[in-house]
Amino acid sequence: MIFELLGVPPQALFGQLLLGLINGAFYALLSLGLAVIFGLMNVINFTHGAQYMMGAFASWMLLQYAGIPYWGALVLAPIIIGATGVIIERLMISRLYHLDHLYGLLLTFGLALIIEGLFRQQYGSSGLPYANPIPGGTNLGFMFLPWYRGWVVVFSLVVCLATWFMIEKTKLGSYLRAATERPDLVQAFGINVPRMITLTYGFGVALAALAGVLAAPIYSVNPIMGANLIIVVFAVVVIGGMGSIMGAIITGFALGIIEGLTKVFYPEASNTVIFVIMAIVLMIRPQGLFGTPK
Amino acid sequence: MRLTLKLATAGAALLVSAGMAQAEYSDGTIKIGVLNDQSGTYADLSGQGSVWAARKAVEDFCKTTTCGKIEVVFADHQNKPDIGSNVARQWFDVDKVDVIVDVPTSSVALAVNTIAKDKNKVFLNSGAATSDLTGKACSPNTVHWTYDTWALANGTGNAIVKTGGDSWFFLTADYAFGHALERDTEAVVVKSGGKVVGKVRHPFPAQDFSSFLLQAQASKAKIIGLANAGADTTNAIKQAAEFGIVQGGQNLAGLLVFITDVHALGLKTAQGLIFTEAWYWDQNDANRAFAKEFGAANKGNMPTMVQAGVYSAVTHYLKAVHEMKSDADGAAVVAKMKSMPTEDKLFGKGSIRKDGRKIHDMYLFEVKKPEESKGAWDYYKQRAVIPAAEAFRPEAEGDCPLVK
Amino acid sequence: MSGTKNKDMIVFWALMAIGLVAPLVVYPVFLMKVLCFALFALAFNLLVGYVGLLSFGHAMFFGFAAYISGYTVKVMGWNPELGILAGTACAAVMGLVTGLLAIRRQGIYFAMVTLALSQMVFFFCVQAKFTGGEDGIQAIPRRPLFGVIDTTSDVSFYYVVLAIFAIGFLIIYRTIHSPFGQVMKAIRENEARAISLGYAVDAFKLIAFVLSASLAGLAGALKSLVFQLASLTDVTWQMSGEVVLMTLVGGMGTVFGPILGAGIIIAMQDKLASFGEWVLVIQGVIFVITVLLFRRGIVGEFIAFLNRFNPPVAHDAPAGAEARPAE
Repeated sequence: MIFELLGVPPQALFGQLLLGLINGAFYALLSLGLAVIFGLMNVINFTHGAQYMMGAFASWMLLQYAGIPYWGALVLAPIIIGATGVIIERLMISRLYHLDHLYGLLLTFGLALIIEGLFRQQYGSSGLPYANPIPGGTNLGFMFLPWYRGWVVVFSLVVCLATWFMIEKTKLGSYLRAATERPDLVQAFGINVPRMITLTYGFGVALAALAGVLAAPIYSVNPIMGANLIIVVFAVVVIGGMGSIMGAIITGFALGIIEGLTKVFYPEASNTVIFVIMAIVLMIRPQGLFGTPK
Repeated sequence: MRLTLKLATAGAALLVSAGMAQAEYSDGTIKIGVLNDQSGTYADLSGQGSVWAARKAVEDFCKTTTCGKIEVVFADHQNKPDIGSNVARQWFDVDKVDVIVDVPTSSVALAVNTIAKDKNKVFLNSGAATSDLTGKACSPNTVHWTYDTWALANGTGNAIVKTGGDSWFFLTADYAFGHALERDTEAVVVKSGGKVVGKVRHPFPAQDFSSFLLQAQASKAKIIGLANAGADTTNAIKQAAEFGIVQGGQNLAGLLVFITDVHALGLKTAQGLIFTEAWYWDQNDANRAFAKEFGAANKGNMPTMVQAGVYSAVTHYLKAVHEMKSDADGAAVVAKMKSMPTEDKLFGKGSIRKDGRKIHDMYLFEVKKPEESKGAWDYYKQRAVIPAAEAFRPEAEGDCPLVK
Repeated sequence: MSGTKNKDMIVFWALMAIGLVAPLVVYPVFLMKVLCFALFALAFNLLVGYVGLLSFGHAMFFGFAAYISGYTVKVMGWNPELGILAGTACAAVMGLVTGLLAIRRQGIYFAMVTLALSQMVFFFCVQAKFTGGEDGIQAIPRRPLFGVIDTTSDVSFYYVVLAIFAIGFLIIYRTIHSPFGQVMKAIRENEARAISLGYAVDAFKLIAFVLSASLAGLAGALKSLVFQLASLTDVTWQMSGEVVLMTLVGGMGTVFGPILGAGIIIAMQDKLASFGEWVLVIQGVIFVITVLLFRRGIVGEFIAFLNRFNPPVAHDAPAGAEARPAE
């Protein structure tokens, strides 16, 4: 009844909630990658948006030049882009750990400019088509759900939870967490901490690339697809606080839903709603919803 | 690779000298500056193709006429008005450019329009959409050649309502350009007897249109009008296909679509889309011959209406300057251009109005189904011709101070 | 101390002397652009170089002030000096509001918060009616300054811009060398110590933020009158990145670094304008090289080089890029 008062039939509302959840899946995957990198390395990875874009391009190139379809790209693209991340970490980021964290931010910002510039130079910015691997959909009664969008939600939820499980509940994860607290001590136990950090960065980058592969069939594969998204994800991260992996996941999905609702009730504000929420959260709880005050 | 290519061509402008120099130009040379997008969203529909078209026009002109020294230079405005106006100023002040052509992106076009007027040079616009160039912002130094928002809205809106698409839902980019496109189209739809059942303003730029498309679907409108441009339009079309909008019986009407957009989308996604353009490469033999040469020089792409418009505009400009034997006074050259009827192999016969609007037929096209297409770039079915007299906004309605 | 100050002033007046004759040989519009961005970078440097707060959203002040001065001059018919004041005042108010939010976080969080806030301002400018969306505010008239000084010719307007730039520089310079500036540096070096010494650190940070925002606004307001155009470019996050780059290349926390950095980056953009996206790539490469190899920037490295021969004057050394340990 309240829905009708607001002029939106409940069916439409369910549809919009579901769509919001789908967009939230992208936010969650991306903020999760950022959180993993930040949580374990104290680096804000400004290149994240560019690496998301690279993931989409990698799947396009795999199809175009090697004939590898979507499902192959889903595995290969994150590995390839993750490997480039490992190289970047070894060659550049690792030289900055002893400095103020701001330098990591500046370095990755520069890298993002280079990567986006090169792709624009090579592929223009009108975007490239990528065919939907699971066309068609089903009528849920309140909306038409394309199969592919359903797949995106389910798959990214699984990936997010698996990541959370790995970091919070396994032995490997406990090493990782210990290494952020006391790298010297963990090193003393005979664990190769620098290599672990390198692989962590690679893993975070692979998550971004995975999001890119998932995005390719929905949006056109475009060199600037990550440039604005990364700032929204930064806001998501500020809202959630970088304290916990689960925080990043929950905030990502939640903000997708809130944004979806805004598109129904006040579409003009749908680009800014996340930033407004960020401002409110900063006023009430500066450390973020899931962050611990320093 | 592309850098070296650009390095080689950027500085070294084309020099055409055909025997004896006759005409006395301001500094002995006619310098044509092609200012457009070389790397961004509109690079494919203008970009190097427009530079090629300008050079081709010079070459063809000099085949039949003895011409003096004519140079073509180009620059990238990156779709940013500040960069565009910077280049334009420098071209006019320092580099002695006489005429600027092309300039897609309305914001940059309006900036160049002002500068050309201040410096009394010539501005021939082919790429930009805003009808303000021949309206509020019209200038004695500017000719708007190929199309404008009013012509697109009018052609598409009118024709669709007449063929039964009488209820519309607008998906509008929420900024000045989107609003103008929506306003112009809505006026035409209503005037032709159709009605607008709803509209939604989407943020600009947007990636995800699913939510807005769902609202459009729920409206049960027969036509979903896309009052946006570039990546927003292609993303909206792509996602409409994903949600089965067209299969569900609704049709999409693009209010600013170029053949390069259709190429990027692929026929499978773009089929059935209806929109208005000024020129299509496969319309007649002259166009096809031009397109063939164009393709050979431009990675096999076909020319867009914008690039064809550059050819046509430069040709007419050269004719006017040749008759006057001088290119020194920009406003006088444009006045001369307005007084002469236009004729060239791509746009045929036409004229330029007092407000700077070039007048010619416009065409309503529908994108073919994949099975109807005979091969690459065979994309359009012509659905209607909008005769020149009806294609553009009547002079009196434009608020142009030159028309009084 | 007075020795360094004297040297700084000698350099400053030498630069001014060059500035006075420069339009004889260089295109004045280009010079005005450099001056506007140099002022912008100086304002940014005040925050990052002397308080240690890296803002990644300074374009919001620069660009929004450009809109305000453009709107007041074009639509409301104000004189340029009033338009510039209005733009600057507006940037100051924005600086106060965003500053109150942003200084709640430090370090990289501060950078992310300012970036997100400026993106919000960007979207506002896209949608708002008075900014003209993508078209921007165009054909802003150049009215006589104070009703008497002609600004229509590029050369005469250039001297106006030069004078305003000089005033901006001197304000910043005085601030850095005032007791207030000393406290700012103390906060940069060790915030906890500054707090324990009884300074109201947040108030100091906020004042510095507002001052920096206002001067960035002054630069933006001026730029819109120079180019007779206020557009979305000036509020994008890429613009925020550019000013970071200018300051970084010239030398964060040095007096003249931002001016040199602005000159280099603007000249590069100008020369490479026809190569489109390569400008982005090259800017990225400069970023990476500067961060990896010479974090003090050109002026900073130069001072460090000189200091090898002269014993360094502790408090005027460039921002301790190397010295600051990770948190």
